[in-house]
Amino acid sequence: MTSVAGASRRRYLADNPRFLAGLFMSPAVVYILALVGFPFVLAIIYSFTDISTGNPDLDFVGWDTFARVLEDPVFRQALWNTFWFAIVANLIVVVLATALAEVLTRDFKGKWLVRFLVLLPWVAPVSLATITWLWTLDSIFSPIDWGLRELGLITENMYWLGRPELARLSVVVVQAWRVVPLAAVIVMAGLIAIPSEINDAVSVDGAGTWRKMFQVTIPLLAPIIAVAVLFGVILTISDMSVVYVLTRGGPTNSTQVLSTWAFIKGIEGGALGQGAAVALFLLPVLVGITAVVLRLARRREVL
Amino acid sequence: MAVVEVRGLSKHFGDVVAVDGVDLRSEEGEFLVLLGPSGCGKTTLLRMIAGLEQPTDGEILLGDENVIGLPPRARRIAMVFQSYALYPHMTVANNIAFPLKSQGMEPGERSTKVQWAAELFGIEGLLQRRPRQLSGGERQRVALARALVREPTVFLLDEPLSNLDAKLRAAARDDLMEFQRRIGTTTIYVTHDQVEAMGMGDRIAVMDHGKVRQIGTPEEVYHHPADVFVATFLGSPPMNLLEATGFLFGFRPEQFLPEGIAEVESDRVPFTFHVNRVEYLGSERYLYGHIREYNETKIIAMLPATVTLPIRADQDHKFSVAADQIRYFDRETGEKIPPRVLR
Repeated sequence: MTSVAGASRRRYLADNPRFLAGLFMSPAVVYILALVGFPFVLAIIYSFTDISTGNPDLDFVGWDTFARVLEDPVFRQALWNTFWFAIVANLIVVVLATALAEVLTRDFKGKWLVRFLVLLPWVAPVSLATITWLWTLDSIFSPIDWGLRELGLITENMYWLGRPELARLSVVVVQAWRVVPLAAVIVMAGLIAIPSEINDAVSVDGAGTWRKMFQVTIPLLAPIIAVAVLFGVILTISDMSVVYVLTRGGPTNSTQVLSTWAFIKGIEGGALGQGAAVALFLLPVLVGITAVVLRLARRREVL
Repeated sequence: MAVVEVRGLSKHFGDVVAVDGVDLRSEEGEFLVLLGPSGCGKTTLLRMIAGLEQPTDGEILLGDENVIGLPPRARRIAMVFQSYALYPHMTVANNIAFPLKSQGMEPGERSTKVQWAAELFGIEGLLQRRPRQLSGGERQRVALARALVREPTVFLLDEPLSNLDAKLRAAARDDLMEFQRRIGTTTIYVTHDQVEAMGMGDRIAVMDHGKVRQIGTPEEVYHHPADVFVATFLGSPPMNLLEATGFLFGFRPEQFLPEGIAEVESDRVPFTFHVNRVEYLGSERYLYGHIREYNETKIIAMLPATVTLPIRADQDHKFSVAADQIRYFDRETGEKIPPRVLR
């Protein structure tokens, strides 16, 4: 009799949606709590203390840590860089992603190959891809320099990562290169969602390529392009691998961004409280952007 | 205004033949309907005339000019789509003005034109609205105004009424007819709805499997169908078809009348009709049954409400058809043949 009772109990649990919901969601919840929630709360706590690897006591100092972080000129440079890198990189992303999406929705030979190549930067791990860029931009062996030299455009190497302006440009280009595939796929989905009769109507109404592009396609895509850009901005602001691998923030902190500065200050320099304060600095901005993305994604309507 | 003519027009999509060697010529200012079941190639034919689809083979002439290879904008046509395809991000005024902007018309002249087109369809009050703020009927008027505003030589309409509900559809049909009569532009209208086709078309081209089966006035295609397909596609309920030795013959359900109702002096062919079921529909009665001598083939008779004669189910009744209302078809090809002797 006990076996029957046990079996019916098991069946009861297996048919209980509340139990099943809890069971299926628990891995995700545990993962988020352990690897996102816990460090996040810890960072907030740390940012109000003067904790360091030398003195791991939690002495609360109020907003002092934030004040000290703000006084540092490197922090201001990093803040400035974070915004500019995100803005310039994503301007490049918008143009390239829209053009690519337009090309990739056409029919041509070898389309699958081009689609594959476009998506490649997205599937490669960021750090690995950035190491490839590190070699590509090498001060001595850079193939770009070699090409420019062969063309007779330069006589000596550019030192892409050795000069502040070129190093900033390099970081922006690599960030854009990394985000373009995702943005292109998002915009492509938007393009495919435009009803084919709209495109037919444009043809019958006699609009040329540019008029169609700027007066019909792009206005219809605007909400989806905005989603792609905001995703791109979040990805660029929150990323530290590109800058860390390419320049470590150098030369002389000219490419420093908040994420690398937080890592250098907090982990490498041992000032955990200040590192946490730097890392949290853009939290309100990111939360704001995320809220906008979610609203846009929900409100999107083509017809 | 122009005459539309297609010669030997074909369109293949891979192995699928969507349009199969169609010859068609409209009259000047005619309302020509392309009618057929879905997948018969009527929309593909229309899209080729518009220039949205390139034919595999054949010629398209608009006003005696061969337009093969010309883009839609060079053809001076206008098209109204099934979904209306209004630009959702533009106001009604900008929607109507869009084809004029594409022509490079000056803003002053443009707004005069937009105003004129809007007044023609009674939508002046909606010019600042956006498509999503409009009802189905209003959207259709905007789509028509946008099509008309550049004064096309040919109007192409792809099932423009199918998105409207039944009540609106009758009113919209009326509007459309009145407007077409007033502007007098050659119109090609695609539909799968035979009521629309019969009610609106000056002539109807009945299509099936990429071919035009018959072109004629509504009376011609209804009363003198060229083949079995046209006979059974048109009419609701469709023509009754019976198999005699070596050929097929058929008659319309409303021509199959009980003895004593029909005019006596006309030459009539009598049948014994076994009625299985009577369906009372208010304005008419449908009688379902069969004629024993003809292989138990199902037959439908339609009696108007003015015939009050009682008809019982599960009984034999004496019915007859006027001899000149019987149509004869070849058993193999299904094509119309001259009258035969029935018995």
